[in-house]
Amino acid sequence: MATAAKTPTKAKAAAKTAAKEAPSKSVKAKKPVMGTRTIQVDELSRVEGEGALFVRVKDGVIKECHFKIVEPPRFFEAFLKGRSYLEVPDITARICGICPMAYLMGAQQAMEDALGITITQPIRDLRRIMYCGEWIESHVLHAAMLHAPDFLGLDDALQLAATNKAVVEKALRLKKLGNDLLEVIGGGRAIHPINTRVGGFYKVPTKKALRGMMDELKWGIEASIDLAKLFGTFTFPDFEYDYHCVALHHPDHYAIVEGDVISNRGIHIPVREFHQVFQESHVSYSTALHGSSRGDNEPYLAGPNARYNLNYKQLTKLAKQTAKEIGLGEVVNNPFKSILVRMVETVYACEEALRLIKAYEEPDVAFVEGRPRASEGFGMTEAPRGVCYHSYKLDSEGRVLKAVISSPTAQNQPQIERDLYGVVERSLDLDDEALKQRCELTIRNYDPCISCSAHFLNLTMVRE
Amino acid sequence: MTILFLGVGNLHRADDGVGPRLAEKLAADKAFMKKGVEVQPHSGEGVSLMHLWEGAERVVIVDAMKSGATLGSIQRFDAIHEPLHHGVFRYSSHLFGLAEATEMARQLGSLPKTMIIFGIEGQEFTFGEAMSPVVAKALKKVEKAVRKEFEDL
Repeated sequence: MATAAKTPTKAKAAAKTAAKEAPSKSVKAKKPVMGTRTIQVDELSRVEGEGALFVRVKDGVIKECHFKIVEPPRFFEAFLKGRSYLEVPDITARICGICPMAYLMGAQQAMEDALGITITQPIRDLRRIMYCGEWIESHVLHAAMLHAPDFLGLDDALQLAATNKAVVEKALRLKKLGNDLLEVIGGGRAIHPINTRVGGFYKVPTKKALRGMMDELKWGIEASIDLAKLFGTFTFPDFEYDYHCVALHHPDHYAIVEGDVISNRGIHIPVREFHQVFQESHVSYSTALHGSSRGDNEPYLAGPNARYNLNYKQLTKLAKQTAKEIGLGEVVNNPFKSILVRMVETVYACEEALRLIKAYEEPDVAFVEGRPRASEGFGMTEAPRGVCYHSYKLDSEGRVLKAVISSPTAQNQPQIERDLYGVVERSLDLDDEALKQRCELTIRNYDPCISCSAHFLNLTMVRE
Repeated sequence: MTILFLGVGNLHRADDGVGPRLAEKLAADKAFMKKGVEVQPHSGEGVSLMHLWEGAERVVIVDAMKSGATLGSIQRFDAIHEPLHHGVFRYSSHLFGLAEATEMARQLGSLPKTMIIFGIEGQEFTFGEAMSPVVAKALKKVEKAVRKEFEDL
């Protein structure tokens, strides 16, 4: 159980004022909106964490658009100082209960980089299977249970279960499949696995245990195609953006756990140069850092659509065919269609896990040992919601001197604001309730992970 | 025939530790464990709860609650016969916790045969292992009540 959501007293008070001063009738009648219109969504439902949206419109022109994250600041980077390199991945995994792999494996990779450890191919493959599990469980939970109700005009997954039981059953079984993949390799725990370590695993899973997942994965491929096809029938808001897409790229496969950083604006750099090209800065209205590219300070896009746009060619035939059947081209610039891309990636993740499990042979070596040295290491993986960056400086005994972790949601935050700006600009003729829902849907396109959740919405309108 | 006891909550979040603490206590009681009850602490994540209890014969759950009732008060819900209020048993992950999982399972027809939930009204859900004194007292009462649920075994 978590603490109760904060009561949005301010917003309530403002809403009262708004009701008095600003009869919403004129807006609902879709008359041109003049004067100042303030849209405030203080707490978002079906988003991992607490986020708030503030938009001020004057004479039909947006004057301010802030998407703020009111996450309690995370002190991980500070309290990792002095910790042994061996402890770090298990600690960083606790940053998120939805995508612990991103923090676990990013940190492992960085430590291996620092210590000069080269892991073996079977260890690589096992990590990739686990990460496929995380993509499956995270993508399906978000797409089917949290995002799909928006498109269907339903309040939540409970209503979805009442109207379409089969979809929910399929989604829950897929989520379990993802969790089971994590458990079978991670040592019986899906959320914060205990069997993983710097250099590999404490114990590798048996061939038999992994092969036991094959039938369910075969079912998973079909089930995710079914869900993709269903979601492909949704009506998507007409909105596109010329995104600066940033993702990992690997020459051999659709990048998940490793690769170089590439972008559709010509960037191709090793992970260690990431913060030479991209930066994080603090803004007064949010406790999460904002990512942008250095030089122009412009936002960029991380996540499923960025990966798809940059690495489409490396998807499997079946994933590409699914994409085509649900109306996706090789480039998707409509953020609302991220729900479709997530399902295409789920098809891919099921196929990829199946392929790797078929080829799996139990290795003799469960992990590669390394010697601590004064060094610096970098790691990056593709969390379900986008690239997650780690860098650590270690002393000669392998203790952390400095830690830097960039979460995908912090990186995407400025781009979410840009999308909101564009969406609001095109949707000013909607009444408040519809506009609020459109804004929520826009934020949910990013499956933002901002750490604990609330189920209240407050829209404030003020006109002068 | 699966008979489950789930102590839901987080040991490191003050009053929310009441569920897992009781699970620890029951698991350490050899005489109780001879009854064949599967005792587990649980985070409260809804989807895994649903998978755990599906097909079970009998399930008893203890979780901290924030419903506005008197601090430390205990409520017994027969989940098979009465719907649970949304958001009373909170869990941070995308707000899909015990109450939501119960209602979802009801929709899908996957509730166990019997399911009793004890909710203990908490106050402090901040970091730390110490529970409010009133909740610590309630833990003893709820332990008695839980044992009573299994006394026929």
